[in-house]
Amino acid sequence: MLSINGLDFRYKNISVLKDVGIELHKGEVLSIVGPNGAGKTTLLKCIIGIVKQDKGTILIDGRDASGMKRLNLAKCISYAPQASPSRFPISVFDAVLMGRRPYIVWKPSQKDLEVVADVLRSMDLEDVALRDFDQLSGGQKQKVLLARVFAQETDYLLLDEPTSNLDLRHQMEVMEMISGMVKKKGMAAILAMHDLNLASRFSDTIVMLNAGKIFCTGEPSQVMTVENIRSVYGVEATINESNGHPHIVPVRPVREYRLSDN
Amino acid sequence: MNNISQQYKNLTGRKLSFIILLVTVLFGVALIALSQGASSLGVKDSFAALFQQTGLAHAIVWKLRLPRIVMAIIVGCGLGLAGTVFQAILRNPLASPYTLGIASGAGFGAVMVIVFGGGIYSEYLIAGNAFFFALLSSFLILGIARLKGFTTETMILAGIAIMFLFSSLSSFFQYMGTMEQVHEIVFWFFGSLSKVGWKEISIAAVMILLPCPVLLKWSWDFNLLSAGDESAKALGVNVEKVRMLGIVLASLITAGAICFTGVIGFIGLVSPHITRMIIGGDHRFLLPASALVGAVLVLTADTLGRTLWAPQVIPIGIVTSFIGVPFFLYLLMKKRREYW
Repeated sequence: MLSINGLDFRYKNISVLKDVGIELHKGEVLSIVGPNGAGKTTLLKCIIGIVKQDKGTILIDGRDASGMKRLNLAKCISYAPQASPSRFPISVFDAVLMGRRPYIVWKPSQKDLEVVADVLRSMDLEDVALRDFDQLSGGQKQKVLLARVFAQETDYLLLDEPTSNLDLRHQMEVMEMISGMVKKKGMAAILAMHDLNLASRFSDTIVMLNAGKIFCTGEPSQVMTVENIRSVYGVEATINESNGHPHIVPVRPVREYRLSDN
Repeated sequence: MNNISQQYKNLTGRKLSFIILLVTVLFGVALIALSQGASSLGVKDSFAALFQQTGLAHAIVWKLRLPRIVMAIIVGCGLGLAGTVFQAILRNPLASPYTLGIASGAGFGAVMVIVFGGGIYSEYLIAGNAFFFALLSSFLILGIARLKGFTTETMILAGIAIMFLFSSLSSFFQYMGTMEQVHEIVFWFFGSLSKVGWKEISIAAVMILLPCPVLLKWSWDFNLLSAGDESAKALGVNVEKVRMLGIVLASLITAGAICFTGVIGFIGLVSPHITRMIIGGDHRFLLPASALVGAVLVLTADTLGRTLWAPQVIPIGIVTSFIGVPFFLYLLMKKRREYW
């Protein structure tokens, strides 16, 4: 279990996260939603230790993350930032092999190579395995990034907007891969999401962040309400149900909406 | 047998054979270099002289030609390595000992000792001072990058500023120096391998070879840095440490490559690029291969420099650019699809 308690983070004296608490159980997909600047990415970076929180604890299966070495942390939690182009040519295989870095000392073992090959096969990336990463389309790059995270074989995954810039089919594929892996291998994932419908469809739990604070937490149908969306996003929306998941249809921005005024 | 991982192994094998090819080429060029020179000593005689204990041939080979060849190889390796490391840790394809002003810093340190004199320990002083000023410039770059962000533009602009600063400081020494000192400095600025002996070689070799095991161990971390700081950190890389120590080691290598031979431009920038175009960006192979490419380039340039217009010797700094620039432009124009 990943449990986050009373997390505070300030950047240059501006409070970015305030008293954030989250519990994530294995086998669960949790999405963090919220407007731009709500603190979604910062929260993920705090958990993975890229930035250090000012207050609060992060416990991974009962162990305090702040006391763990980066290398050991990398064997428990993996993180995929939003896809970024690399400046130097590297093959797709090599890019995924990076996920094995926490286990490699001098050279990758046969097992490392096989893990990478298996992940590539299961994600239909075999054909591009030896191609240059920079030559791939945005959707394929995102899949490769995801493949790297899977190759890392950690119990917990943190994914920052895994579906941004993807077409409809790639969005569905990526989300299905994530929830499929989580259910199959008993992992747990935290996703920072912009697309409320995808988040509702694929998550067990949704955390709605607003201005660094948790506005509400719960199952998708509990969180995705007309009132919540109005006060957090400042948008009038109607919510239908389709296939048992809430489906949000934004109508128009609220007129007298002011940011962080709640 | 697993299909993709087998294919990947084949690819890795080809990268390895490229390195072996480079070693062979380097050896060949070294043999040719050994047989060329002002005195008419052919391939066979010079090779035989390698194993003689006395005689004129022995003196020519061991005192004149071999030190030059060995130094050319060491310097080329050093520049190729330093360039690769700077490019990796600053995640910047334009980084090199020269474009970052680090070579100019090292040069200034060396010139300073040449002008003020170092007495009997002058070799060590030159090397030490070159390292000190190389380190100073690297930390300036790193500090500026920390404050203003690791963008290509910031770092290269800062590097150019530092390069000008140290170049003009060196010129100032030149202006203030005696005729004799001026001659020595000018000579140094052209880049020359003709004044090195075994003592200088051993100092340079230590400065260049000592960091190699660490750098090779870090080749994974260098690969990860190219995926971005955040990914690297999340994968367990101690980014700050690798970057800090990497800069120190690359500065040591730069100082070692430059302090006795002067300005041999451009190798540090192009060797990594040439190598990357051929075998790709995996630092496990890129580091050794780019060192070897640097060595081949410098040795070829020096051999041409002293044979083309014999008995006149064209300074190596000039020849490297004559050979390196067209070759690099050719590779640049040839569109890269895959790297093999």
